[in-house]
Amino acid sequence: MALALEGSQALARTIALCRPQVVAAYPITPQTHIVEGIAKLVADGKLDCEMVSVESEHSAASVALGAAVAGSRAYTASASQGILLMAEVLFDIAGLRIPLVMTCANRALSGPLNIWNDQQDSMAVRDAGWIQLYCATNQEAIDTTVQAFRIAERCELPVMVCVDGFTLTHTLEPLDLPSAEQVDGYLPAYRFHHGLDPADPRSLGTLVAPEHFSEVRHAHHQALLRAQTEIEKADSDWAEVVGRHCGGLLEVRGDPEARLGILTLGSVLGTLEDAMDNDPSLPRARFIKLRSYRPFPTEALREACEGLDTLIVLERALSPGAGGIVGPEVQTALIEMEVPPRVHNFAAGLGGRDLSLDLYRQLVDAVLGENQRKGFSIIDADPTLLPEADR
Amino acid sequence: MNEQPLQSLDALRAQQPRFRGLESGHRACQGCGEALAARLATEAAGPDVVIANATGCLEVFTTPWPQSAWRLPWIHSVFGNVAAVAAGMEAALKQQGRATQVLAFAGDGGTFDIGFQALSGMMERGHNVLFICFDNEAYMNTGVQRSGSTPHAAMTTTSPPGAVRMGKRHMKKDILSIIAAHHIPYAATASVAYPSDLRNKVRRAMDTEGASFLQIHSPCPLGWGHDGSLTIEVARLAVQTGLFPIIEMERGELIGTLPIRDPKPVSEYLKLQNRFRHLFADAYRARKELEHLQAIANRNIERFELRGVGIEKYDTEGADTVHRGGDRWA
Repeated sequence: MALALEGSQALARTIALCRPQVVAAYPITPQTHIVEGIAKLVADGKLDCEMVSVESEHSAASVALGAAVAGSRAYTASASQGILLMAEVLFDIAGLRIPLVMTCANRALSGPLNIWNDQQDSMAVRDAGWIQLYCATNQEAIDTTVQAFRIAERCELPVMVCVDGFTLTHTLEPLDLPSAEQVDGYLPAYRFHHGLDPADPRSLGTLVAPEHFSEVRHAHHQALLRAQTEIEKADSDWAEVVGRHCGGLLEVRGDPEARLGILTLGSVLGTLEDAMDNDPSLPRARFIKLRSYRPFPTEALREACEGLDTLIVLERALSPGAGGIVGPEVQTALIEMEVPPRVHNFAAGLGGRDLSLDLYRQLVDAVLGENQRKGFSIIDADPTLLPEADR
Repeated sequence: MNEQPLQSLDALRAQQPRFRGLESGHRACQGCGEALAARLATEAAGPDVVIANATGCLEVFTTPWPQSAWRLPWIHSVFGNVAAVAAGMEAALKQQGRATQVLAFAGDGGTFDIGFQALSGMMERGHNVLFICFDNEAYMNTGVQRSGSTPHAAMTTTSPPGAVRMGKRHMKKDILSIIAAHHIPYAATASVAYPSDLRNKVRRAMDTEGASFLQIHSPCPLGWGHDGSLTIEVARLAVQTGLFPIIEMERGELIGTLPIRDPKPVSEYLKLQNRFRHLFADAYRARKELEHLQAIANRNIERFELRGVGIEKYDTEGADTVHRGGDRWA
């Protein structure tokens, strides 16, 4: 049954359905409503869970880590500066192969201070060794969160569910929450085989010298690559329960016959789809919704790009001094195609800049029009607002 | 008394059912105070514990993969988060309804400096965790750099004495007062020179519900510049001079001290260690710094009323003195 819920409230209730035993969090906009929601469910006796309100994000990730190795399902959530403050621990969680789930309510990074949505935060920890799943809608955020716990625990890898701050977290819309029975049937009780137990004492996080370290990294890399199967299976199994899916590793939408492709991560997809649907005079596009950014679905991506002449990779983050972050990765993945599409790479919607329906036309004009843009650019930036020297 | 055949020491030891959480064969230096303190602490804690260990010597010398000297479940995450990892383990065990207790181990860097925020948060939230700080007064694992715990005037590689410096310019952080301000149920100091006192405090802390804190003075022969055979003597002198007071606190109130029978001049402690060598130069500033350190010791003795009133069973001479025949006190 659909309920009118704010994205964050829906996520809080979904997380409760997953029965975490320990939740640790530190407040940061725009993640706050999620953890406030969980705290209230705990206070009302609706969720039997230790809610640890810590003194920093560094500790939030660390408490979750400790809880998971001591045998409890653990969850945390953060955004922006919080992700960076916990970055050290995020790498450690992944390197130790500890299964836990966190929500990243995507937000820009300082400086200058900006509390609004882009994806620079999760991109900054792209190499931490976590599974990263990006959600296009709040319904996907709900369904992906349930799936994330199963993926994490089956793969013994942490999963970051990336949900665009405000655009999703603070938007009220009709959403379908699964029932407790549906989640319980789908998600078995937490078990971590390498956990800490006095009955079988083991040492975790030891000093690993050069003669073993490369193999540790190799195993981790392979585990992430193998997780692709589990991500797809988690989605298809969940679809059998609730009758809807999130697209597995990626989803091809829009016009499948189009020669123009647009690849996106997160909620911007809806805007582009509406723009295309609203104006039949615009060139048609095939949309590629990249859901699993880590592991990076190279094979699935090649298949999705089959028959494209042009592919626009649109991101909400950048690597200053280089250009896009996802764009070059996509280009590398497609290079072995027989006829790879020409890849254009843009960033847009940084720091919460509104992305209007006109974005679609802007993108199309930039790659198909007479004044084609060369190289990476922030497509919605207006350099004329800057002093001459900074343009 | 019945005549009993003499037995070798090893045979007698084998008959003693003693739990060892930290086995021998690890890679600590000779005379390492921290290794000794960790062994004593885990012996007293017993087998039903889980340990979170901050980055540092203790982590490195006990777990060179694929070896481990721990007979207890143990995790190392990063340098500054040991109290938070322990808090998470405690929250999990509590939620599961298990009685297993949680220990957090850190050096002084992981306690006074980089780990302090997480420690303060853990204590404020009242997690049932015993946090043990193995205080060797500098960053030894990285090669002896000054920490917030390094005593005033001590030489480290980042507080070297020179033409215009006399070692560390700042005071040793009074960590126990800061801990006391959290009003946790139990906080204490101990020294490897007084092992039965140390063990009693571990047991007492573990019998206490809530956060507890134990700071164990643990000499580092390499970093302090003394012979490995002098670890206990150096540690004992730190207590006997008043430079490292042995005290106990409940809810922030002082409840017990180890009285000093005859306070010794600080120079007796300092002169054994190369890190204070520059204070014995024939120079005005060296003499001033010695006076300064003596004043710190005097202040400790006065503040905690450490001066014993006579010969006491549990003072700096009596405690842990073992006499021939096995009698602890003649």
